[in-house]
Amino acid sequence: MAFREYKVGARMFGLAFGSSMFITLYMPAVDIAGVSATTSALERQLAFGRVGGFSYEDPFLRGHGKPVTVDIVEDPKTGAAIEPTRAYVYPAEVPFPSGVRHPRILGELPSELSVSKGRMTDADEAQGAVFVVRETTRGGISVPYIENATATRGWTPAATLAKADDKNQAFIGKGKIMFVREGCWWCHTLLPEQTQDWQYFGAPPMLGDFNGESPTAFGSDRKAPDLTHVGSRNSSREWMILHFFNPRLVQPHSIMPRYDYMWGDVDADGKPIDYDAWRAAYNEYEAGKTIYPPEVPMPAADSEARALIDFVLNLK
Amino acid sequence: MFKYLFAKNEDIPAGSAAVFFGFSSIVWFVVGTAIGSFNAAKLAFPDFVMGSEILSFGHMRQVHVLAVILGWISMAFAMAMMYITPALGNTKLWSEKLGVWNCFLWNVGLSLGLFLLWLGVTSGREYSDLPWPIDIVVIVGVLVPLGINVWMTIKTRRVQGIYTTNWFFGAATFMVIIVFSVGNAPEFFQLTGLTEAYLTWWFAHNVLGLWITPVAAAIAYYVVPKVTGNPLYSHRIGHLHFWSVVVFYSTPAAHHLMSAPLPEWLKSFASVEGVLILVPAIAFVSNLLLTMTGKWRMFVENIEIKFTITGVMMAIPLNMQGGFQQTRAINWYVHGTGWMVAHAHLALLGFSTFLEAAAVYYGLQTLLRRKLYSLGLANFHFWMLLIGFTTYWVAMTIAGLIQGAGKIYEVPYIDVVIAEHPYMIARWVGGTMVFLGNCVWLYNMWMTARAGTVIPAGRLPHELAYER
Repeated sequence: MAFREYKVGARMFGLAFGSSMFITLYMPAVDIAGVSATTSALERQLAFGRVGGFSYEDPFLRGHGKPVTVDIVEDPKTGAAIEPTRAYVYPAEVPFPSGVRHPRILGELPSELSVSKGRMTDADEAQGAVFVVRETTRGGISVPYIENATATRGWTPAATLAKADDKNQAFIGKGKIMFVREGCWWCHTLLPEQTQDWQYFGAPPMLGDFNGESPTAFGSDRKAPDLTHVGSRNSSREWMILHFFNPRLVQPHSIMPRYDYMWGDVDADGKPIDYDAWRAAYNEYEAGKTIYPPEVPMPAADSEARALIDFVLNLK
Repeated sequence: MFKYLFAKNEDIPAGSAAVFFGFSSIVWFVVGTAIGSFNAAKLAFPDFVMGSEILSFGHMRQVHVLAVILGWISMAFAMAMMYITPALGNTKLWSEKLGVWNCFLWNVGLSLGLFLLWLGVTSGREYSDLPWPIDIVVIVGVLVPLGINVWMTIKTRRVQGIYTTNWFFGAATFMVIIVFSVGNAPEFFQLTGLTEAYLTWWFAHNVLGLWITPVAAAIAYYVVPKVTGNPLYSHRIGHLHFWSVVVFYSTPAAHHLMSAPLPEWLKSFASVEGVLILVPAIAFVSNLLLTMTGKWRMFVENIEIKFTITGVMMAIPLNMQGGFQQTRAINWYVHGTGWMVAHAHLALLGFSTFLEAAAVYYGLQTLLRRKLYSLGLANFHFWMLLIGFTTYWVAMTIAGLIQGAGKIYEVPYIDVVIAEHPYMIARWVGGTMVFLGNCVWLYNMWMTARAGTVIPAGRLPHELAYER
């Protein structure tokens, strides 16, 4: 067969493209896979649940199949007083996060401790489980791990939920879905940059802060403040409620959209919300005809607004 | 179109698939820029259309981005491939029927995907926003059939060598399948953490670097020699362009995450490779501009050359920005600001759109055997695009520099928002001009198909005088 230069070309192309893929896919994958999860990574995935975007359990991103985060001060089994503890309640059939399903991605020490000490792999999705993040020291270094409190302490999801009143329940997993679905991350990044920027928005994250989380939703186009540590800057739920309903109530120059539609049809007392009347009254206020803006309804416990505010306040 | 889906391959007139792709791409361009203009209005006037979830900015932004990338740009590419690849091989498209089906599945899949995105069904990953079932539709129904048609047409060519344009077409259709499959792996296989973050930007980078940029350049390699009648200035420089795209443009994905906690070696490597983008860029621009030697009159007189050479020249600022803004010395200042938005529009609405518009103008005239209906409307389209884009780009670049300064001097964020307001209005005005120009283009092309002067056999469209 005669010499054909395209045959040489095709082989060179394979070599060039293959080398490029080796360097940009294989090498980073190996490097990133060797990173151990930090406490933050364990807390994040336990609070968020399996996926923060489209998934089997929640194809239309309504917040179904997500865990509830609770703060408790009594042992759900014995009723005895305990140190204030944050527990992640997975009722039956709620999918576990990636780190629980595949302990390997938590990194060497956290996965070993979560399995041996925390009995993480004893958890059963069909029964539900309650998880807690613990820390212990190994060779002088603090190592976080996941404890399956259902196995180690007999905390059932129902009993644990019953120990937390509405104020101590946070729908962070559902809130992350709202954050992704409503595209908050198109303007608010979740990544303080490793430059001067972090003096204003807080410390940039570390290599192991994301093991098990998807999507990370860092954002790329910052048209608004970074939110990575927003819960530490501003912990006022009332401010958040006003700001989400109509950002211009608290910041006249804001270009953030109104998220009033996330309140749904009724407020926290079950009264219907009349949006047209509210907007008309607000227009009067904005035009200077009235002194005070109309009252903002409190979001209902099962509303999307409540979940989103829980998520934002817990970005610390 | 529908009657050809079940016709015999021999019964489908040659060029049908390309014509369908051409008109689809223009329609998607009108749709994509309409949404873009709508979104820009919301950034300037936040209470413009409120109270509805699906019409909120967070639901519409990704629809705009993917409508222009997968609708306008990629369909214009498919259109170009389906008439240029056979033309350069002195043959017919390998399967016209596959092409028609490809166009049908593409429109259906993209409409479905964008409708779901609009409802909020998203993967939450920028540029790979589509949920994974739609990703599979894109790979199986859109990219693979296109690739097969291009590769088989090149294989069954009736000339000995393979021209530069077809290297790019053949390689890019292959690379985009790999990029799409690997880039969406986090959804297929539930990959998490920094792997997910990195692959998101690996996808976003490579879909631009190995699909949009090389295919747009390949179009210019065809249109300029074809319309001017000059041979390509240098095939060797074309080789340099091709190989440096494959080697240098496929590697700097991590430079999109320079401030994220990725391994430092990866960021440094990406940054150095990113500067080397200047090699293919200079090879491309110099090769095309030198091909114009002696024919610069056509830059003024010929609409296809006007579009192509404007696009080629936009590659100069595009790659100067692209090469240097990703180095650590500059990235910390402009990262995440409107500067990047301006840069992305320079790549997609500047450089690449002008090249594709030329291909669609020229290709539809050739395939329909009709001279362009109105040169006046085409010139109006050109200037609306150019002035609209320039307004947008200048406004967003200034807004980005304001944001960058605000970032490093720790100005309260709301003051940055206030300072940006006039530029947000300018952005909206510029984007709206682009949209209006495209509406005129759609009308002009529709009238060309219906009422354009018939081109006699053996003549090329640009050899005929305009009658209007």
